Amino acid sequence: MSPFTRLARSLGTARWLSPLLLLAVLEAGSRSGLIPERTLAAPSQVLATLWAMTASGELTDNLAVSFLRIIAGLAIGVTTGIVLALVAGLSRQGEVAVDPLMQIKRTIPTLALTPLFIVWFGIGETPKIALIAFASIFPVYLNLYGGIRGIDVRLLEGARSLGLSRAAQVWHVILPGALPALLVGLRYSLSVSVLVLVVAEQINATAGLGYLINNARDFMRTDIILVCLMVYAVLGLAADGLVRAVESRALVWRPSIVSQ
Amino acid sequence: MNLLREPAPRKDPAVDARLNHFTSPAAPAVTSEPVVSLRDFTRRFGDNTIISGLNLQIAAGEFVILLGRSGSGKTTLLRTLAGLDPVEGQDVTIPGSRAVVFQDARLLPWKKVWRNVALGLKRGNARQLAEEALQEVGLGHRLEAWPLTLSGGEAQRVALARALVREPQLLLLDEPFAALDALTRLRMHELVLSLWRRHRPAVLMVTHDVDEAIALADRIVLLDGGKIVAQERITAARGPERATVAAPLRKRLLDALGGVVEERPAGEIVALHAGARP
Ligand SMILES: Nc1ncnc2c1ncn2[C@@H]1O[C@H](COP(=O)(O)OP(=O)(O)O)[C@@H](O)[C@H]1O
Ligand SMILES: [Mg+2]
Repeated sequence: MSPFTRLARSLGTARWLSPLLLLAVLEAGSRSGLIPERTLAAPSQVLATLWAMTASGELTDNLAVSFLRIIAGLAIGVTTGIVLALVAGLSRQGEVAVDPLMQIKRTIPTLALTPLFIVWFGIGETPKIALIAFASIFPVYLNLYGGIRGIDVRLLEGARSLGLSRAAQVWHVILPGALPALLVGLRYSLSVSVLVLVVAEQINATAGLGYLINNARDFMRTDIILVCLMVYAVLGLAADGLVRAVESRALVWRPSIVSQ
Repeated sequence: MNLLREPAPRKDPAVDARLNHFTSPAAPAVTSEPVVSLRDFTRRFGDNTIISGLNLQIAAGEFVILLGRSGSGKTTLLRTLAGLDPVEGQDVTIPGSRAVVFQDARLLPWKKVWRNVALGLKRGNARQLAEEALQEVGLGHRLEAWPLTLSGGEAQRVALARALVREPQLLLLDEPFAALDALTRLRMHELVLSLWRRHRPAVLMVTHDVDEAIALADRIVLLDGGKIVAQERITAARGPERATVAAPLRKRLLDALGGVVEERPAGEIVALHAGARP
């Protein structure tokens, strides 16, 4: 096999090739003037802007603001979701009380509540955090509740036959058994929180990624808009990676992970 | 013959007439205070009566095997003795300390082997107790293993260690070795016997394997349709001595079960046991 055909083969299976080609085409289009800058900034321009905004602290400061909104919203939403799932999952009365409300909540798209939240909470930080919190309750609730209800009853019975108290059964059997489901819920909550963040920051923000984007829109700075989109993507990836890392530590007992 | 035959405790005319020719009306030989006592015990699921009018006593340290075909109510009875099912005010006495080994080991997959054994132990030296118990079942080297990496036989040995570490007065085994291969099963028989000799719990072990029953039991209780249809006390020592009584006993048990006696070397498991022990 000649070096040339080998190269052609390895290029044929390279998954990075097509995105790179797209970037090259965009770059060529911008340089030749086929794509005006107000439509789409050139990739090299976007990189330069990214560098400049990072160096000046503009990007990092606004990212920090958005990050804190997500953390606060998630902390409230995930905690609420976990508590509600425990109440509904561990007791019949709890299920009767909580689950119908959660099913009703599910039918309302969170973002449709934005006007109501603005009326209630004004246009400061509160409605943004409240929206993120509200959206992130349900994935955690649904998955953890399902996880608790899906516990293998034979394992529970085994624990009961050894004389474990109800509290000990919850601690040693139910909670660890429902942990994988909770982590799945957490992953959904994280991605939905980024989604809601984007919309929530359209509410009269004076800082944050949404603020940057809104400003850039007014000045038709497509390079800044693209930088922010990249940051959103990185946020989503980082959130996913975080849950994966937690999973591989918390679920070491699973055979797929054990065998590695 | 080394067999003491026992009657079904209730002389119910409804009990199959087939019993009569190998049971005699002598009273069961329970010497000390029984650790388990059921009187006229009945268990229903809805309209289905699974167990009716059952009398059973188990003496301290006695090794009882509950034999019966699938669906005869063995597990239902065992669950009652394990305290897992409500008894609804019936005359049921079970000891305070019990442990169960199920057919599936029911280890918690998210706890390492020794933590499974130590599960629920209140004492401070739980780890040490778990280690000792695991050494007893020959798994001293798998303390830190994850349960899902164990073989079927190893998992059952962990389950045995988990049961025995509590030093129960009553050890309940529900077809614990049914899913194991024949050779592993023989090893497990030896293990159970040696553990039983050392710790002396009363044992009620469920099986549908007649040879397993003959090899292990002090007394075999035959359950059919939710009633005890026959009991056999075996006084012959386990091992070679037992091989001599195995053939007629096996035939009687199979007759009582309504099974067809297959033509195969009688008491083969018993004989294997005889060879397996020094
Ligand atoms: N929880 C239950 N609800 C209804 N029927 C049951 C239940 N458990 C057992 N049974 C019925 O009781 C009968 C005896 O079951 P089981 O004690 O498990 O038999 P064995 O262990 O001897 O095979 C079966 O017919 C089974 O369908
Ligand atoms: Mg059964």
